[in-house]
Amino acid sequence: MLRLELRPTPSAAMGYLSPLIALAMTVVFGTFLFVALGKDPVACLKVFFVTPLESLRGWSEVGLKVIPLLLCALGLAICYRSNVWNIGAEGQLVVGGVAAGGMALLAAPDAPRAFFVLVLLAGIAGGMVWSAITAVLRDKFNANEILVSLMLTYVGGLLLIYLVNGPWKDPKGFNFPYSKTFDAVAMVPKLFPGTRLSWGIVIALVVLVMVWVFLARSKAGFRLQVAGHAPLAARFAGFSAREGIWVSLLACGALSGLAGALEVAGPLGQLTPQISPGYGFAAIIVAWLGRLNPLGCLFASFVMALIYIGGELSQSRLGLPSAITGVFQGMLLLSLLTADTFINYRIRKA
Amino acid sequence: MEPLAALIAATLSAGTPLLLAGIGLLINERSGVLNLGAEGMMLIAAAAGFAIGFHTGSATAGLLGGALAGMLFSLIFSGLAIGLVTNQYATGLALTLFGGGLSAFAGLAYVGKAVPFKTSFEVPGLAEIPFAGTAFFKLHPMVYLALLLTGVVAWVLTRTRLGLTIRAVGESPESAHAIGYPVRLIRVGTVAFGGACCGLAGAYLSLIYTPLWVEGMVAGRGWIALALTTFATWRPWRVALGAYLFGSVTMIQFALQAEGVEIASQLLSMLPYVATIVVLALISRNPAFIRLNMPASLGKPFHP
Repeated sequence: MLRLELRPTPSAAMGYLSPLIALAMTVVFGTFLFVALGKDPVACLKVFFVTPLESLRGWSEVGLKVIPLLLCALGLAICYRSNVWNIGAEGQLVVGGVAAGGMALLAAPDAPRAFFVLVLLAGIAGGMVWSAITAVLRDKFNANEILVSLMLTYVGGLLLIYLVNGPWKDPKGFNFPYSKTFDAVAMVPKLFPGTRLSWGIVIALVVLVMVWVFLARSKAGFRLQVAGHAPLAARFAGFSAREGIWVSLLACGALSGLAGALEVAGPLGQLTPQISPGYGFAAIIVAWLGRLNPLGCLFASFVMALIYIGGELSQSRLGLPSAITGVFQGMLLLSLLTADTFINYRIRKA
Repeated sequence: MEPLAALIAATLSAGTPLLLAGIGLLINERSGVLNLGAEGMMLIAAAAGFAIGFHTGSATAGLLGGALAGMLFSLIFSGLAIGLVTNQYATGLALTLFGGGLSAFAGLAYVGKAVPFKTSFEVPGLAEIPFAGTAFFKLHPMVYLALLLTGVVAWVLTRTRLGLTIRAVGESPESAHAIGYPVRLIRVGTVAFGGACCGLAGAYLSLIYTPLWVEGMVAGRGWIALALTTFATWRPWRVALGAYLFGSVTMIQFALQAEGVEIASQLLSMLPYVATIVVLALISRNPAFIRLNMPASLGKPFHP
């Protein structure tokens, strides 16, 4: 019989190897799945990992998906490092998108080009308001943040559907549940002409550096992580646990809201009943796959973006439903958890 | 009076999936395991149950198939969280994400299909009683079975040796292990029971309550059931009370629409979620009260 034995100290090497092992396991599972579905596995894997990167347009589409995934994952990394189990980034993204959309609809066509900054700020504010509800209920009412943040995701989704079906519906939209398309001044400028990639990717990378500085180099970031993982030590040091709840949730709300704003004022250009194909949930996987480390999150969001694009392509190229993206996302997280066991444990013969 | 009776009946029907899932999760949590994969297990079972019901033409086969699917799916959770000592929160979440993806993928062939059996029932004789007949005796057998299950679970937990063992494992796995109880085996068993109950709830939704398969159709009921166990302070009959309360919240929106109240349906659909948040906040307000009732080892990994 084999049994798990606690390592004297966690293995640093396994910490870095584990995401790669998880990726390899997912590819193996995926190959089995493709074979089971009667497809050529080589052709299928090519659609996921090669085709999206063959052209400039492909790279721009991958970059476009990296923006929301990276921003949400950075926010979630701050939460998880503070031991705050926020899983409502999706809702914070949607409400951020709603707030940004509301601001964009206010734009006059002759407004200055910098109007889009207001749109982004509205998105940040929207996301923060949404995560602040979770923070208040956790802080003042001791309510479980997992359940509250998730319930708020459903409420946020319904709010968006209500707005595009009701007050914000485009009167000239043939009764479709879409808002008016935004004026050009409300939109985030494009990075290169001819592709859809916006300056959002630059914003996301700047945010990445800021989050890294906050977590690794600032006293506030240090206080947060101590309060989360060693509450007793934090109390002796005089660090506040409440601060951790508020700072991490507001930061995640701000970043997820920004992600929502960049989506609606970027590739979407209007409010639709669904502005996110689960980016906020996929970002949970990204955050863990990236070891809650900002740079790691960048690599992980790149992988996750490929899975999204691969899912879209597999519909047209392989005749496989795009729902396969969700299957791979789940497999990836399960594989990662499996591999992560061996950071703290090793296998011994009993 | 007849509309009120219909409302009561609808409330009982709407509360049943929450009760089924909630009672299964309650047993899970009394043994110290928090499985956030409830939503995923319900989705998998809703898809599997619908497929089986569709092909066999039997609701019973569909429900049993759903329960089995939920149970098998819960084994993934057990393997990781109990076998490999992974973080229970993260593992449950992974199960929910995987279940959502897999059910959407596997269920595609059944979108827009209808099940070939009748979904209306009545208790012979009693259904004729005015008011009470409509309110209580024209319901699907699953509604009564869910109540029976609650009774059985309450009895097992408080009156039997098995129940005592489960509670001991949940309060102090170290002590239970020390006196020779197979802690991990018991936990795998309770998680499997929870999975089967969530599976039954999911299959009830897709075969009887809706009856349709739609991607993501569980719509947060798994999460509401998880909130219910806290709301009920881990007591079986309070889970039933909570489930019907939430069922009635779901029904208020239809009642209001029938009355011609001018509120957008999307805003009314927010009610169950908002109610969950409000109730959770009120019940959790006093941390000492929650700590007193919560199984002491809930969510903590155990490695012998």
